[in-house]
Amino acid sequence: MSGDPIIRIRGLRTQFGRQVVHDGLDLDVERGEVIGIVGGSGTGKSVLLRTIVGLNRPAAGSIEVFGAELAKLPAGERRRQEQRWGVLFQDGALFSSLTVAQNIQVPLREHLHLPQALMDEIAAIKIGMVGLAPEAADKYPSELSGGMRKRAGLARALAMDPEVVFLDEPTAGLDPIGAAAFDQLIRSLQRSLGLTVFMVTHDLDSLHAICDRIAVLADKRVLVVGDMATMLRHDHPWIREYFHGPRARAANLDTAA
Amino acid sequence: MSGTAGSFTVRNERGMVVLAALGRWDAAAARLLDAPLRAFRAGGSQTVRLDLGQIERFDTAGAWLVWRTHKRLSAEGATVELVGLDPARQALLEQVAANDHPVRVEPDKSRGLARIAERTGKGAVQALRKGRNFVAFFGLIMVTLARAVAQPRRFRITSIVYHVEQVGLNALPIVGLISFLIGIVLAYQGASQLQQFGAEVFVVNLIAISVLRELAILLTAIIIAGRSGSAFTAQIGAMKVHEEVDAMRALGLDPMEILVLPRVIALVIALPLLAFFADIMGLLGGGLMAWFALDVSPAVFIERLHAATGFWTVAVGLIKAPVFALLIAMVGCYEGLRVEGSAESVGRLTTRAVVESIFLVIVVDALFSIFFAAIGV
Repeated sequence: MSGDPIIRIRGLRTQFGRQVVHDGLDLDVERGEVIGIVGGSGTGKSVLLRTIVGLNRPAAGSIEVFGAELAKLPAGERRRQEQRWGVLFQDGALFSSLTVAQNIQVPLREHLHLPQALMDEIAAIKIGMVGLAPEAADKYPSELSGGMRKRAGLARALAMDPEVVFLDEPTAGLDPIGAAAFDQLIRSLQRSLGLTVFMVTHDLDSLHAICDRIAVLADKRVLVVGDMATMLRHDHPWIREYFHGPRARAANLDTAA
Repeated sequence: MSGTAGSFTVRNERGMVVLAALGRWDAAAARLLDAPLRAFRAGGSQTVRLDLGQIERFDTAGAWLVWRTHKRLSAEGATVELVGLDPARQALLEQVAANDHPVRVEPDKSRGLARIAERTGKGAVQALRKGRNFVAFFGLIMVTLARAVAQPRRFRITSIVYHVEQVGLNALPIVGLISFLIGIVLAYQGASQLQQFGAEVFVVNLIAISVLRELAILLTAIIIAGRSGSAFTAQIGAMKVHEEVDAMRALGLDPMEILVLPRVIALVIALPLLAFFADIMGLLGGGLMAWFALDVSPAVFIERLHAATGFWTVAVGLIKAPVFALLIAMVGCYEGLRVEGSAESVGRLTTRAVVESIFLVIVVDALFSIFFAAIGV
């Protein structure tokens, strides 16, 4: 399995009505890497994420994850595929009628039918691993802060020990200290669990701190993929503006190159 | 996923128990491994070796199973050795061990009788508090109304007209249809009873009095509570969720004046008109049914109608309309303003607004009946 990309997108075209979001988009994600997706507002970063995990249907092109095209799999196979990835939505998307621990147990209960005692133990471990206090376990989502909801959402995304996690703006809405801690958390989980991370973000600090590669979405396709040094060298006006703008200087990217 | 499901073998080796793990030790295999591992005992042996070198896939769930077994055996007095883990898996195991804090999955709830008592008490206190809040909210509406009367430009005419269209004009088809059908049902059911006494012609009295005094207004109020009261809660609630109501306050605008008053006024205008329309449609339905099924001709119907009803028959129905309108609009707006935070609470409070307004409408209708009986109209 090594060597082959874990996600392989070719000629992807997505559109809503007559509005074309992606056209002829190609992207490979390698096993074990952290890839950051950037792009201006409305370039379809979240749409791309949702299309890969099968929440939007592409108008054309192919998306292979784990070497198989999700749209063409029979329902049972497809469900098995879906168990191999986890998704963290922007605000955690926790089920509001369940506590944090019960949220984490949902995939375990529905897919694996584990005994309750074991699920309680696994939920406790995941809560610890994402850096939540044990006291947060029996709280409902409405009782948590935004940062805690994101951590709980990440714990649920990791409940099944997936091979790939998709993160939609994981640090948006967090304070800089919380955001940095979340970056470190993703990095350390990625190392210890051997995860592949597909991350949509606007946060230059995150990109700098944890992404192995960055893919820039513009003009309805992936304009360029590469590490931070490649981004800083690139001369496309939007990329220059993005990586050399005042916020980029504040994040010390220029000196890093 | 390739590989065989997780399992283990146990053997004795020079006075040491060796547990050799095989296959996948991951979340998917945890169900098979859980019970056998809990049942596994060192069997009096001092040293237990956990040989993990043959594991094909190892994840947090597998690491937890290993760590849990390790912890329990150690607590039982055995010396436990772990062999065969590569550094990455070793790191995962250490991370799992570091996060081993038991948690409570659900908040504690009191049970049995205590729970029943707790719920009853809470419910009673909440109902009383709500009653007080309704009175306060009514007062607030009246104050806002008085202020608007003093300064008529505070009336939002555009908004009032818009809401009259929404709650009144657009509700005509459904209100009319239901009232028409109720007229038919009454005529038919009444006729089959009255025929036994040869008193078919009194079906007109039955239809006229029940439709005009009670049914038309009551059904209209119930439809409007479901249709417009809920809409008020949902609209205002959605604005609360998006902090639009807070934004209004921050801009120095009064949500009572902008959101609540136009809706209340619009409904107080629209509901009597709808009720009158329902009166007509109910009589029409009953009249048609009386004509076709009972041979009571339109001329006879109108004649009996004149004899059976007077000004007060109609007035008793229509007097109630503005009161019901006020109740429905008040409950709808009140529950809408109570929405907090999540979209989930919009749904919950919308349901509650409908139930409460229908309940209040029927209670007040009963009070009206007693009142009208007492004054003899």
